[in-house]
Amino acid sequence: MTSHPNRGPARADVLQSLTGLLLVLFIWGHMFFESSILLGKEAMHWVSKMFEGEHLFGKPYPLLVSVVAAVIFVLIAVHAILALRKFPGSYRQYQQFNAHMGALRHADTTLWYVQVITGFAMFFLASAHLFVVFLQPDNIGPYASSDRIWSGNFWIIYAPLLVSVHLHAGVGAYRLAMKWLPIPAASSRQVRRKLKLVMWGIVVFFLCLGSASLATYMVIGRDHAPYAGERYVPGKSQAPTGEH
Amino acid sequence: MNRIPLRPAARTLQIQVLRHNPHDPASEPHLQTFEVEEADTMTLFIALSEIRERQDPSLQFDFVCRAGICGSCGIIINGRPGLACRTLTKDLPDRITLAPLPAFELIGDLSVNTGKWMRGMSERLETWVHSRNLENLDIDTVEQAMEPELAEQLYELERCIECGCCVAACGTAQMRQDFVGAVGLNQITRFQLDPRDERTDAEFYELVGDESGVFGCMTLLGCEDMCPKELPLATQIAFLRRRMVCSG
Repeated sequence: MTSHPNRGPARADVLQSLTGLLLVLFIWGHMFFESSILLGKEAMHWVSKMFEGEHLFGKPYPLLVSVVAAVIFVLIAVHAILALRKFPGSYRQYQQFNAHMGALRHADTTLWYVQVITGFAMFFLASAHLFVVFLQPDNIGPYASSDRIWSGNFWIIYAPLLVSVHLHAGVGAYRLAMKWLPIPAASSRQVRRKLKLVMWGIVVFFLCLGSASLATYMVIGRDHAPYAGERYVPGKSQAPTGEH
Repeated sequence: MNRIPLRPAARTLQIQVLRHNPHDPASEPHLQTFEVEEADTMTLFIALSEIRERQDPSLQFDFVCRAGICGSCGIIINGRPGLACRTLTKDLPDRITLAPLPAFELIGDLSVNTGKWMRGMSERLETWVHSRNLENLDIDTVEQAMEPELAEQLYELERCIECGCCVAACGTAQMRQDFVGAVGLNQITRFQLDPRDERTDAEFYELVGDESGVFGCMTLLGCEDMCPKELPLATQIAFLRRRMVCSG
């Protein structure tokens, strides 16, 4: 009888990396689309309508946004359940890792812990965000989003989510590269140093971009607060917030 | 008038050693501080020998070669694993804290039984050449030559001295006692590359294809950064991981 090796651990490792990679690519793309607000309300409106398929089908289908939110939610759920295998599983393990990390003062070991914490935080933060997008897919736009963030107080979720997601994604992408890429042994140290530099560059870039757009949404939301709920109509001069 | 420059006054090192004798029921783990006057090119091994010779003959620590080849003198130096014989005191601050490597059985003070752990790992991973039909092997014929590049690659991985620093530097190994560590994964790669070892990838998968093996590694890279022999452990583990994923 031939023995069949259990492929589970290999599949789990690949799937965790693969879902992680897809989520990293998604969030980096997401940042460029959401920061279209920096180019003005018209640009952000255009982008939001694009995701509703208006430019393609002639009329908006917010359901498309719900579908994307559902797919992302599934990816996060799969990624999270696989990542949970690696979390410290008991108080003893938690204590051992903590003591080890404190004594070792080693960046990559500490960064893994940052991923555990940010990943855990995103169980709640990302879920809340996705749930709203899933249930109210038509409620995305220059005013709709700004009102949610300011009048609806969603900035309380978005600000920590922004920090968590970019630390987690940047560090995760670096770890993925170290985990799978065939880097020649002779140059691995130099390559790693460069990868790490790129990682920090990306994290800082997206944190700046994200903070700038979140601040913009907050300012628009604050000015639009008396009219909260009113939608943006392109081309129409909107009182009294038009100049923002 | 020109004067011969004087050497700066030698430092007095405060060496704190975590002491415990697990064979003595009365022994409690405690830190004991020794003062040692630093000498030129002093290594931690020399400092420890001086303590044992002049201050406390009961201090236990391991050494054999004093040249970074035997892998006996691995200890935790100010929180990080390293070889006592390869660590110069001039690279360390005035206060030095020494502790035994974690994850290994404590013999006493700084002495741990890495040999027992390594033997267990070696038996579990079967880290020796597996050949079939050895009884028909004609030992008078010249062994088939290996490509020089491959031989060099094997030699590079063979440089591992099993000092245990990679295990002590590994967050995964701290949390999961059954994890084989970089030393085990490195050895599997070494035999996987060796054309004399006839084991298939599926057979190697049986040995390291789970969470106590290559899929338990979380790429924290402490092993790579703390290896006293500077082995390319990160790239070896990545190679093995790809290989094991593709072996099914």
